[in-house]
Amino acid sequence: MSVIPDGHDPFARDRGGPAQPLLSVSGLYKHFPVRKAGGKKQVVRAVDGVDFDVLKGETLGIVGESGCGKSTTAKLLMGLIERDAGGLLYDGQAVGERAMPWRSYRREVQMVFQDSYASLNPRMTVEQSIAFGPKVNGVPGREAVERARALLARVGLEPRRFAGRYPHEISGGQRQRVNIARALALEPRLVLLDEAVSALDKSVEAQVLNLLLDLKAEFGLTYIFISHDLNVVRFISDRVMVMYLGRVSEIGPSDAVLDAPAHPYTEALMASMPSLDPDNRTAVALLAGDPPNPIDPPSGCRFHPRCPLAEEVCGVTEPPLDGIRPLHRVACLARQPGSGHARAPNPALAA
Amino acid sequence: MTAPVTAASMALDGGLLTADDAAPEGAFVSSRGFWGHVGHRLVRDPVAMGAGAVILLVVIVAILAPWITPMDPYKGSMLRRLKHVGDATYWLGSDELGRDMISRLMLGARLSLFIGVTPVLIAFVIGSGIGILAGYVGGWTNTILMRTIDVFFAFPSVLLAIALSGALGAGIFNSIVSLTFVFVPQIARVAESVTTGIRRRDYIDAAKLSGASALTIMRVQVLGNVVGPIFVYSTSLISVSMILASGLSFLGLGVRPPEPEWGLMLNTLRTAIYVNPVVAALPGVCIFVVSIAFNLFSDGLRAAMEIRQ
Amino acid sequence: MLLYILKRLVYVTPVAFGVSVVCFLLVHLAPGDPLSAVLPADATQATIDEMRAAYGFDKPLPVQYAIWLWHVLHGDLGISIATGRPVLGEVSRAVVNSLILASVATVIGFTFGTLFGFVAGYHRNSLADRAASALSVFGVSVPHYWLGMVLVIVFSATLGWLPPTGAGPDGSGNWRPDFDHLRYLILPAVTMSVIPMGIIARTVRALVADILSQDFVEALRAKGLDERGVFRHVVRNAAPTALAIMGLQLGYLLGGSILVETVFAWPGTGFLLNAAIFQRDLPLLQGSILVLAMFFVVLNLLVDVMQTALDPRIERA
Repeated sequence: MSVIPDGHDPFARDRGGPAQPLLSVSGLYKHFPVRKAGGKKQVVRAVDGVDFDVLKGETLGIVGESGCGKSTTAKLLMGLIERDAGGLLYDGQAVGERAMPWRSYRREVQMVFQDSYASLNPRMTVEQSIAFGPKVNGVPGREAVERARALLARVGLEPRRFAGRYPHEISGGQRQRVNIARALALEPRLVLLDEAVSALDKSVEAQVLNLLLDLKAEFGLTYIFISHDLNVVRFISDRVMVMYLGRVSEIGPSDAVLDAPAHPYTEALMASMPSLDPDNRTAVALLAGDPPNPIDPPSGCRFHPRCPLAEEVCGVTEPPLDGIRPLHRVACLARQPGSGHARAPNPALAA
Repeated sequence: MTAPVTAASMALDGGLLTADDAAPEGAFVSSRGFWGHVGHRLVRDPVAMGAGAVILLVVIVAILAPWITPMDPYKGSMLRRLKHVGDATYWLGSDELGRDMISRLMLGARLSLFIGVTPVLIAFVIGSGIGILAGYVGGWTNTILMRTIDVFFAFPSVLLAIALSGALGAGIFNSIVSLTFVFVPQIARVAESVTTGIRRRDYIDAAKLSGASALTIMRVQVLGNVVGPIFVYSTSLISVSMILASGLSFLGLGVRPPEPEWGLMLNTLRTAIYVNPVVAALPGVCIFVVSIAFNLFSDGLRAAMEIRQ
Repeated sequence: MLLYILKRLVYVTPVAFGVSVVCFLLVHLAPGDPLSAVLPADATQATIDEMRAAYGFDKPLPVQYAIWLWHVLHGDLGISIATGRPVLGEVSRAVVNSLILASVATVIGFTFGTLFGFVAGYHRNSLADRAASALSVFGVSVPHYWLGMVLVIVFSATLGWLPPTGAGPDGSGNWRPDFDHLRYLILPAVTMSVIPMGIIARTVRALVADILSQDFVEALRAKGLDERGVFRHVVRNAAPTALAIMGLQLGYLLGGSILVETVFAWPGTGFLLNAAIFQRDLPLLQGSILVLAMFFVVLNLLVDVMQTALDPRIERA
């Protein structure tokens, strides 16, 4: 079913079938040069070798602390900033090449930003903002406005009341619904949500999350959901990817990753979430050591200075992202058989 | 896992709509729009409205001047030189060649307004174009354009205006050209700064994601947001322009006699300050009044444009 | 810090270069023969050619520019066509007079401007605030040459307290800081002070009001700091911007003094410029514009550096 009434079926655009990932990212790199006072040229390694797939119809959550590179990854995926290196395949086709130029890619992949106010042009009405995308892509004006109004209704904003409003006249939650409607206006298959609910009040956040789930089911969308809030990610994601200092540290089904984390960093993240149970207080902070510096990351495994399981080999070898269970990959020497780590499982016993 | 999005749950959003925003049956609620809001607020500002009325009055007088002057502004009489204010025939006195002051002041409004406003208008168009382009495109284009503009910024505006006028020679056209040169860099700088501030906003990113071309984004998304501040800044330049333009004529670089223009009149009446000081000062009063009116109006416009969050 | 200064110098060099190009080109914009002011009407072609060669007007423009620049960098601004004296000498003397006038005017304007600005900023929307606002609007709206005329009318023509024109009792070209000369300085300085006064009052008012509305001031008061202490904090926060504006205004007055100097026949650069324009004395015109513009560029640089030095929030990298 299409986002637009009487629209064509988006599944008709499918090429590779369910086995082919909708989005396939390999070897993604982005370094930002930084000019220091001393004159030395240094680099912020915002995204430093990221590989992952996004399967059709799933919600992939991306979590990590500030500075881990998740927002930069989002911008790279959207082409808002140019990647230094790395492959991007959309339904099997290389993005930016002749078969899938950026313009076509942009009609399939859309993004919802964190700041609901800054994402809307203060001088345009809500319906003008939503209709802009379709108009620019050749939809006649009248039809684009109809489409905008239909979408407003679908996200729960009565068109008669909201279509002619300006962003500063509506609340944060309403604005974020407008942003979602705008993202859907071009009938995408993949929607990137970059901290889309982080700035909302809790009650509003719940409503918007439920709306997102509704829309996903109805229109067969695939989501990438970036957040720092582990509870939200658990609620909405099928799989979760944990990032640390520009690299992926763990990726797998959300229940597996969040309830039985394999990577020490994920474990520490989950444990440091304050519990609502007064008998279960967090006495000691699990994350010791200095917060990471993306300009000068530690050698070997980036997490080793703060890791309770760290050994000498961790400071030397950078752990690859290897599978330890079906669909569950971890970048940690302590979990990989034959890595040289004392706790590594015996290769002979690995299933 | 999912909950229906009902009107009740929406109410928790805490919308900012007030009671009078309820939609009548079948009609779409439309807001006043940005300029509508500005106008609405401006009309309620007594100082700005007063200033606006003065400007309007002067403009009307200037347009109608050739037909409504009580006497011929060019006809003088050496016998009736320098009559004082309150004279039976010449209510505001007569100048050093015996010409009626009221008539000359009225006709002078034409030229003074013209050489004051025109450079700002032209500079607005040119300066905005350069500034918005530099601001949106960024990179080397921006650097080259703005450094060139900086060279002109290195001159104090009065100096630049006079130097250019001096080089080009006297005359209305030359004055307008040199003043335009003075204001283009100032407006361009403001335009570039406003556009750069907007360029990084998320909604511009969102517009890029919809596949629109740079030109389309500039036209549809950027322009509406930058024109306002640039326009207000430009109106604040009008009073400066009028003073400078009259100043040029005062130095003999602008309008040439016998055309009446307030600055030129100040120059020719200078020698009369010992004999008839009040009349000698009159043209300056006109410049002053119009200049203040433009400034107050521009201030009111700026105040009306601030979006209340 | 030193690195920042170096960076700014590097940045300023192409601008200064551009300024020199503009100065050079300005006089060549002038319609008519640059030598027409000097040559008698019936000069033969041979004489004209000779004169042109002597002044170097026969060479192509870029070459003329290079030669001119070379001379300028060696301190030679040419010879004034009208007076026959070196331009540098004329301009230096005039610059001193203009500097005196501009400096005094800036100090007066800054003093009263900050005074009114502070009063207005502290007592928002009171009568004092409105008066200060009115004064600043007045300051930026009044045609200062007209104001000069009015002051002359009132204080010279009518009351006879102060002299109307000139820099000294004997029509001297130089102003000396003694009582006799002081009287001549008052009217021009007051006239010129009105512009910076208006701008500074407006800026300081906005600054002070903004600072006072910030949370840290409330925190200071909550800690028990007396008003004098709060005032010191406000001053320290407002100072960099206020001083920067003052510096810029000084530069602006220096360059823009021509109108007031004409009214008062003050022997400064503006007056010189005026004469140069009407006598079409191109070397003098070129020289004075160049010196004034360079002053402005250097002043801007100094203001920039000073502001960075005083305001810890500005990045030095």
